[in-house]
Amino acid sequence: MAESAQPQAAAIQIPTNPPLLREILTGFVRNEVHKTGLSKAVIGLSGGVDSALSAALTAEALGAKNVLAICMPYKSSNPDSLAHAQMAARKFGVESLVVEITPQIDAYFERFSDADQRRRGNKMARERMTVLYDHSARWNGLVIGTSNKTELLLGYGTLHGDMASAINPLGDLYKTQVWALAEAMGVPEVIVAKEPSADLWVGQTDESELGFTYREVDRLLYMMVDQRCTKPELMALGFPESFIDRVVLQIMTSQFKRRLPVIAKVSQRTIDRDFRYSRDWGK
Amino acid sequence: MAIRIAIAQINPKLGDLAANLNLYEEHVARAARAGAELLLFPELSLTGYFLRDTVPSVALSADSAEMKRLKDLSRALPFVAGLVEESADHRFFNAAIYFENGEARYTHRKVYLPTYGMFDEQRYFARGNRIRTFESKFGRLALLICEDLWHPSTIHVAALDGALAVLCPSASPLRGIVDGQKQDDNARYWEMINRAYAETYSLFMIYGNRCGFEDGVGFWGGSEIVDPFGERIAKAKYYDEDFLVGEIALESVRRKRTISPLLRDEDIDLTINELTRIRERPAPKPAPRVKAKKS
Repeated sequence: MAESAQPQAAAIQIPTNPPLLREILTGFVRNEVHKTGLSKAVIGLSGGVDSALSAALTAEALGAKNVLAICMPYKSSNPDSLAHAQMAARKFGVESLVVEITPQIDAYFERFSDADQRRRGNKMARERMTVLYDHSARWNGLVIGTSNKTELLLGYGTLHGDMASAINPLGDLYKTQVWALAEAMGVPEVIVAKEPSADLWVGQTDESELGFTYREVDRLLYMMVDQRCTKPELMALGFPESFIDRVVLQIMTSQFKRRLPVIAKVSQRTIDRDFRYSRDWGK
Repeated sequence: MAIRIAIAQINPKLGDLAANLNLYEEHVARAARAGAELLLFPELSLTGYFLRDTVPSVALSADSAEMKRLKDLSRALPFVAGLVEESADHRFFNAAIYFENGEARYTHRKVYLPTYGMFDEQRYFARGNRIRTFESKFGRLALLICEDLWHPSTIHVAALDGALAVLCPSASPLRGIVDGQKQDDNARYWEMINRAYAETYSLFMIYGNRCGFEDGVGFWGGSEIVDPFGERIAKAKYYDEDFLVGEIALESVRRKRTISPLLRDEDIDLTINELTRIRERPAPKPAPRVKAKKS
């Protein structure tokens, strides 16, 4: 864990305002889904708080019958994860489907048996993505994202894996805000209270892997990214310099995950450089 | 004389002129049915807001078929449209046009084009360079578009130029979550300035904002009419489509200005003199040259 921040930093309150976020984010899901001409959505439910909240918002926005939740356990996944995912699906009245990914993952790594945990974890995250997109086509529903702002800024996610989606209602919410909104929307307490984990290998937890707690880093990110405090200002608030440096580096080195692949410019008009259109063009 | 004003708080399709023209037509008909005498549409509501490279393809020149259709529509009732105007020399403006009785009576080209944070307007639009009030069948009005009003100089000029009411088409994105505040922080700020301007300049603020989302950016709606005493006469829903109708009595401008004749007392010469002095202040002296040391 990082050296604990000074009292002043620890007292920083990130605004949550659950009723307002709920109104805005359900409006977002309804608007952005309907303008594509679709009325349904697909969400991967992991058993964690992010996907449970995403499902709750989507069910409220589109109607529960228009949401398909897919649980995709691997043989080493914590059995609680599946139980919690199904609990969330029941709670919000959405249909859930279990698609085990063990056969295809094991078949693949039989050939590449030297793969380490990271490769295996990323492969699972990407396998889940392909299942979601296949069911997106089968069920005619958009894939709803579940990555929060903390993960996105830190790059704590798998590119083209859990980071992939069509629209993402949580991408501008810090984990701290996800917890508050999840609680307000009735996500089962056991899901809100448990220790966050990507559950890609036995015993994995986000906070031990990151080396700091979400609440600590959220306060720093909020003051740095949203409030645009400079490093001396952050230090005056009591954030340790080493903690600030480490987080800044992590944001910088993961920038590639938040952008499209780099295109070599040769023409007069290059996609996303001088060929600029909104994604909702014509909608 | 009471004037019945309508505000169409709509969610246009981004870059789809034909669809939005139909939306305009529906709302003009609806306003007529509601007995409205003047209808306000939001900023760029004929085209959508985050247009980016589609600006040239949705721009309307004075002689375009779409412009003719808008003029014809105004025979039903006068209205303000928010659109991209293309000048004869092919500059594109974020514009608001007041149509009355089959004519485009007045065009305001947005003066302050936000180009910071999420905004990119100066990349795509040419900047307007005048603020004028204009005569309508109801009396003298002013048109100011969204960010224009974040610069108090614009409404200062409009008020001194005789505006009894300011019509403000807006495409204002929601942002800023604050604990204990029912709406986002941008909504709070707009409501504060609408009220302060109405009361300070003793005029009506008629604010028409849009709703809907474009690429995840939501517009907060909340269109409103505020009278010269700072009282809110009508208020639309937040974050959703709405059709707002409210009555304004222009006589109350007279009553307010009788009670507090602030505009009468405004010293234009004083302001001009001071602004001239500020504009002509000498340029800062260059930093003294550091003499190279002889080695």
